[in-house]
Amino acid sequence: MASKFINVTLKVWRQKNADSKGNIETYQLSKVSTDSSFLEMLDQLNEQLINEKEAPVAFDHDCREGICGSCSLYIDGRAHGPQTQTTTCQLHMRSFNDGDTIYIEPWRSKAFPIIKDLVVDRSAFDRVQQSGGFVSVNTSGNTMDANAIPIPKADADNAFNAATCIGCGACVASCKNSSAMLFVGAKVSQYALLPQGKVEANKRVQNMVRQMDEEGFGNCTNTGACEVECPKGISLENIARMNREFLKSNLSSEK
Amino acid sequence: MSILDSKIPEGPIDQKWTNHKNQMKLVAPNNRPKIDVIVVGTGLAGASAAASLGEMGYNVKSFCFQDSPRRAHSIAAQGGINAAKNYQNDGDSTYRLFYDTIKGGDYRSRESNVYRLAEVSANIIDQCVAQGVPFAREYGGLLDNRSFGGVQVRRTFYAAGQTGQQLLLGAYSALSRQIGLGRVKMYNRHEMMDIVKVEGKARGIIARNLVTGKLERHSAHAVVIASGGYGNVYFLSTNAMGSNVSAAWKIHKKGALFANPCYVQIHPTCIPVHGTNQSKLTLMSESLRNSGRIWVPKKKEDADAIRNGQLKPTQIVEEDRDYYLERRYPAFGNLVPRDVASRAAKERCDEGFGIEANDTNEGVYLDFASEIKSKGKQVAYAQGDHNPNEDTTIRLGKKWVEEKYGNLFQMYQQITDENPYETPMKIYPAVHYTMGGVWVDYNLQSTIPGCFVAGEANFSDHGANRLGASALMQGLADGYFVLPYTIANYLSNEIRTGSISTESKEFEEAEMEVAESISSLMEVKGDKSVDHFHKRLGLIMWNKVGMSRSELGLKSAIEEIKVLREEFYKDVFIPGESNEMNAELEKAMRVADLLELGQLMAVDALNRNESCGGHFREEYQDEEGETLRDDKKFKYVSAWEYKDREATNSALHKEDLKYEAIKIAERNYK
Repeated sequence: MASKFINVTLKVWRQKNADSKGNIETYQLSKVSTDSSFLEMLDQLNEQLINEKEAPVAFDHDCREGICGSCSLYIDGRAHGPQTQTTTCQLHMRSFNDGDTIYIEPWRSKAFPIIKDLVVDRSAFDRVQQSGGFVSVNTSGNTMDANAIPIPKADADNAFNAATCIGCGACVASCKNSSAMLFVGAKVSQYALLPQGKVEANKRVQNMVRQMDEEGFGNCTNTGACEVECPKGISLENIARMNREFLKSNLSSEK
Repeated sequence: MSILDSKIPEGPIDQKWTNHKNQMKLVAPNNRPKIDVIVVGTGLAGASAAASLGEMGYNVKSFCFQDSPRRAHSIAAQGGINAAKNYQNDGDSTYRLFYDTIKGGDYRSRESNVYRLAEVSANIIDQCVAQGVPFAREYGGLLDNRSFGGVQVRRTFYAAGQTGQQLLLGAYSALSRQIGLGRVKMYNRHEMMDIVKVEGKARGIIARNLVTGKLERHSAHAVVIASGGYGNVYFLSTNAMGSNVSAAWKIHKKGALFANPCYVQIHPTCIPVHGTNQSKLTLMSESLRNSGRIWVPKKKEDADAIRNGQLKPTQIVEEDRDYYLERRYPAFGNLVPRDVASRAAKERCDEGFGIEANDTNEGVYLDFASEIKSKGKQVAYAQGDHNPNEDTTIRLGKKWVEEKYGNLFQMYQQITDENPYETPMKIYPAVHYTMGGVWVDYNLQSTIPGCFVAGEANFSDHGANRLGASALMQGLADGYFVLPYTIANYLSNEIRTGSISTESKEFEEAEMEVAESISSLMEVKGDKSVDHFHKRLGLIMWNKVGMSRSELGLKSAIEEIKVLREEFYKDVFIPGESNEMNAELEKAMRVADLLELGQLMAVDALNRNESCGGHFREEYQDEEGETLRDDKKFKYVSAWEYKDREATNSALHKEDLKYEAIKIAERNYK
C-alpha cells in the first residue's frame, strides 16, 4: 500500500468536566500518515498539545481492534465516522483527504452524560444488562453436558450475530430519540433464540425494557439510523424480535 | 529452606485436585456475607471469580480501569478455547490436553496445576453453554471444533473469530447478575494503586477514581489480582492500550514474588508494523493457520521485487515459494506452536526473504488460495456439482472462508487496505501474551497471605510457551472453578475477624505513599511526553529482550533501561492536575512500573542460560536453530523478590519442577 501524508484541520469538542460548558476548538495537524488509524491521528494531536504544554484531548479507547467498544466519537456528524460497519479505532486516515476539516464530537444523549471532552458515561448500558441480561445459572460448572441440547445452526448463528454487539452506544448516539432498542434488542434476542435463555425470557424482556426506560433512553420510531451506524451491523430484526418478546410476555401469566 | 512452598497436594496426579477439594475447609453460607473480597480486573479470570464469589455469598468489590467491566482485554481474544471433550472422536483426553500443554510449555510449567486445568476444561464449555454463550455449531446442532497449534486433535471451541468476546460477555453477564442482586459492588473507572497489608496479610487496596482523581481506601479479607499480562512493556503489542502490569507490580513490591518474567509469547500471525505513529499491533488469529499456508519467496530477488512493488505475490509460481514451516516441520506443518512459528519467520526475514516494505523488511505471507480452492470443491461436491468450474470453486471457497473467518478478513482489509481473499495476508510476529507473572502456589495464592492471583497475571500454567486457545481456558478455570474453592479454604480462618477498618495506620500510610508518588511525578514538569519514554523502552525490549536474546544484548538492555528510567523521573511532562480525569497521569504511573519490570525481564533472561519456549538465547541453539534446553541447571521456576527499583538487586528464589506423570523429553514438532 502506498502511504502518504495529509494535513487536516480538526474541530474538537472540549469540555473540562461534567459541570463546565464546552465548546469547539480548532487545531491544525500536519503530516498525518494515511496508514494511521483515526485514534493514532488523535494520539498525534495529543503529542502536539503536550509538547505545547496544553491539555490533551480526552477520549475513550482501549483495544484498538474494534471489539472492546470503548471508542466512540461523532465524526463529521456520524457515529464512528464516514465508513460503515467500522469502529473509530478501525477507521483509517486514508478515508480523508489532504486539507479536510474534520468535526469530532462526543456521543450526544441525555442517558450518556459527558465526563470530559469526548468521554461520556455509558454505565446506563451496564445497568440495563444487570436488570436481566443473563441466564440465571450458577457458575458451579455442574450443568448438563454442553451437547445435551442440540441447537439448530441457524438459531445459534442468529444468536451469535446478535451477541456480537460491542456496547459502544453508536445506536443511541445516532438515534433522534436516543433510543437504546438496538442494544437491548440484541441482548434480548441472543437469549430468546437459545433454549438456555428461553426459560426466563418473559421476565428478562420485562426487566430490561423497564430499566431501559428508567435510564431515559427514548423509544424506537423505526428510522433505522442505529442499524446504519452500528459498527457491527446488528440488524433491526432484533428490535422486532424484542417487541414480539415483550408483547408475548405481556400475555404471559408469569412476568 | 526456600520461602516457596507450592503446596502441591499428595496423591496421584489425577486425584490431587479431588482430594484437595475434599480436604479444604469451607465457609458456611451464613458466614460468607461477613467476609469481603476485592477482585481487581474484570477479564475472564476476574469477572468469573467475582461472579462466582458473589454467588457463593461473599461481599465482593470488583474493580476495573475501563468504563465498563465488559471492555477488559479478554474481549479481543479471537480463535477459541480448548477443552478435552473429545467430541470429535480423535483420541483426545484430559491426559492428552495435559501432555500437550506441558510439552507446549517446553517442560517449564508445574505439572499439578496443568493437570487441574485440563481436568476442569470440559466443565468450562458446559458452563458457558448454560450461560447462553453462542458457540459455533454444526448442522446437527452440536458444537463445532477447530484445531490449534502444537496439537494433533480438534479440541478448540470457538465463536467465529470472536471467541474471547463471547466468553467475556458470558462472564460479564454472570457478573452483571450478581451486581444486580447486590452481591458484587462494581467500581468501574477505578485503578488499583497499591495493596494494603495489615500484620502481613493482604487487607485491602488503595484505588484511584479515574474520573475525580480521588484516592479511595477499600478493605477486604482477601484480594484477588486478575489484572492481565505485561506485554505492553514493548509499547507495540497486541494488548489493549490500557493493559498494564501495575496491579501485579504493586503486590510484587510489597512482597509477592514475580516468576519467569522473561517468558513472553511472540505471536507469529500479526499485521506487520507500518509506521512510527503506530500505537498497537493487531493479531490475526492462529485459527487462520488451519486454512492458511505460510510462505516467503525462495529467491531473494523475488523478495526484493515484491518489496519494490515490481512483483505481486500471486505472480510467484508454486515452485518458487518456500513454505518453510511445512518444509521444516512436516508433522505439524503450519500448526507448529507459536514460538516455533515466530522464530522461523524471523529466521527467513533475517536471511533477507522478508516481503514487507517497512523499515525492517519484516513480513511473510499467509496464503488462503489453496484452501479456497479445496473447500470450494468440497462445497460444490456436497451440493451435487461434482465437476465445478474454476469460478464456481473459487466463489464457493471464498464463501466458506468468509463464514469461518469473515470478521478477521474484514479487519485485515480495514487496517491494510488489501483484500486477503485476492492476495495473501502479510503477517509478522508480535508480542502477544506473557507466560510469566506473579508466583502463586497450587491454591493460586501469592507469597502475600490473602493475596491471590488469577489468569494471565499469574505464572502457573503455560511454562515457557502457551498453546493457542489456552489463555481463555486458564482464565475461566481460575475464576470459575479454582479460586472459589481455594479462597474459601483461606477465608475459613477469617470468619471471626469482623469488618476491617480503613482508618488504620496501614491504610493511612499506604494512601500517603500513593499520593506522594503521584505528586512527585506531576512535579517533574519536564519536557517529554510519557509515550516518548514508553516507545523508547519498547524499542530496547523488542531489540534486546524480544524474540532472540544474547548475553551482550541483555546486559546492555539492563543498563539502557536504568538510564532511561532516570531520565523519565527527570524529564517526563504530565499536563493537567491529579484531581481530575487525566489519561497522561494514568499512563505515567503505568510506565513507571514497566520501567522496573522491563529491567527484571532482562535480568531473568540473562540468568536463564538456556533456550526454552518463548525464551530464545542465541548462545543456546542446535545446528538447525532449535532451542536447547538445559534441564540439569534450569528445570526450575525463577521467582524474584523485589529489593529496590534496580532489578539487578532482586533476589532469586527457585522452585524446582518435578515431573512425575510425564517423562521429560526433547520438544520435537518435526
